[in-house]
Amino acid sequence: MSKHTFMGYVRKDGSVGTRNYVAILPSVVCVNEVVESIVHNTNMTQGIIHHQGCCQTPPDLERTTECLIKIGQNPNVGAILIVSLGCEGVDTDRLEAELRATGKPVDRINVQELGGTSRSIQVGMDKAQALIREIAQMQRTEVDISHLTMGIKCGASDTTSGIGSNPVIGYVADKIVDLGGTVIFGETTEFIGAEHILQRRARTPEIADSIKFIVDRMEDRAKAIGVDMRKGQPTPGNIAGGLSTIEEKSLGAIVKSGTRPIDGVIEYTDVPKGKGLWVKDSPGREIELMSGMAIGGAQVILFSTGRGAPQGFPVVPVIKICGNPITYERMIHDMDINAGLLTTGERTLEQVGEEVFEMLLRVASGEVTKGEAIKYNKSMDFYMLGPVI
Amino acid sequence: MVNAIKLHDEDNVASVFDLVEAGSTVLVVDKKGNSYELKVEDNIPYGHKIAIAEIKVGEQVTKYGEEIGIATSVIKVGQHVHVHNIESIRGRGDWAKANEEKK
Repeated sequence: MSKHTFMGYVRKDGSVGTRNYVAILPSVVCVNEVVESIVHNTNMTQGIIHHQGCCQTPPDLERTTECLIKIGQNPNVGAILIVSLGCEGVDTDRLEAELRATGKPVDRINVQELGGTSRSIQVGMDKAQALIREIAQMQRTEVDISHLTMGIKCGASDTTSGIGSNPVIGYVADKIVDLGGTVIFGETTEFIGAEHILQRRARTPEIADSIKFIVDRMEDRAKAIGVDMRKGQPTPGNIAGGLSTIEEKSLGAIVKSGTRPIDGVIEYTDVPKGKGLWVKDSPGREIELMSGMAIGGAQVILFSTGRGAPQGFPVVPVIKICGNPITYERMIHDMDINAGLLTTGERTLEQVGEEVFEMLLRVASGEVTKGEAIKYNKSMDFYMLGPVI
Repeated sequence: MVNAIKLHDEDNVASVFDLVEAGSTVLVVDKKGNSYELKVEDNIPYGHKIAIAEIKVGEQVTKYGEEIGIATSVIKVGQHVHVHNIESIRGRGDWAKANEEKK
């Protein structure tokens, strides 16, 4: 074990949770309010409120099933209650079977069979209660940092993101990779104009080709609409913050991936195939991106912002690192770390980087982030490819 | 005096981290600590860019030593560089559509 450790929940498959939640999984959007009621009336539960699962093309239904399985498999989830409507397009039997295979306690309710909303809320609460009591006695044990998978994200960026908060995340990402851990970064849209730099860091020519492939695919998707993507990317907020073009935004965004070689490129529903630094194909929007990190097994997310993005995630703690010193003061109850001190030159990269690294280990061991303390963690969704039909 | 940060030797823009007014002077600072004074021609908001070299129409705008777009009008030294005088060359579905229509 290296000198860098954290206190986590060791699961039967050897993965380690930084949290120990009962995930309440709606297999389709139509039961979201049943899930919300169960979560509202119980402790230690988190609802995975998404908007998919029916009236989609078969590849997207398969994708939703896969996303739900991977969220249930995330190490921070100790037990799962599946809430099914009964007529959804998601393969709920497969969802249940794959989650039972993890060895975690799993239960399931069916709203149509139980006779509606109110009865399902009652039965769901009773089942959630049993699951909570089953996992609540689990204890944290000390494990090496190499068990950590860190997701990284930048949102509501401005010019300070590229020179303050993203370099700080890059510093921590390099450190995690060097200590044998795993880092996932995405936001393919924000590689546009900077992909050549990432390609140079690919461990093999095939990985470099994969980076080019996902960037071209994302750019073609945006171009197919027949308009200049400016205002969609960069956003009006990015533009007000001084970022003029997607290229400028991207060059600042990729800084958060650090400097180490890229070990592979994975699709949205995939988990990294080893340790090191991995690219996940994903869009730039918070709600889909952070789900993608959790799907990839991230137990903690570092989130960089300049203008002030407040979102968290239901089962993964999100540490907010603000590169803009003015925003940090203005949104101090959402922001965990003031990387604005790097932007102004009052602190060095190493000083702020080490501050974040220490906080990361404390949060992985149970310290709550500001966002967790005020439960800003329910806005999420899964990234789909096709239309709602 | 407000600093204008030049991130790379090849850059023709620098970023200011305070509101600067037309007629004032900024100190352009590079990574090595070299610096010189520059007269500001426009009001420039926090986090925005100032031209440190003249950029002609169609010429590349460079930050981080990389292309961040091209100039859509002549940009003089000291002027504000932003969406009113530069554009992206990526994700341009409007260009793709115009090319389709020409065919």
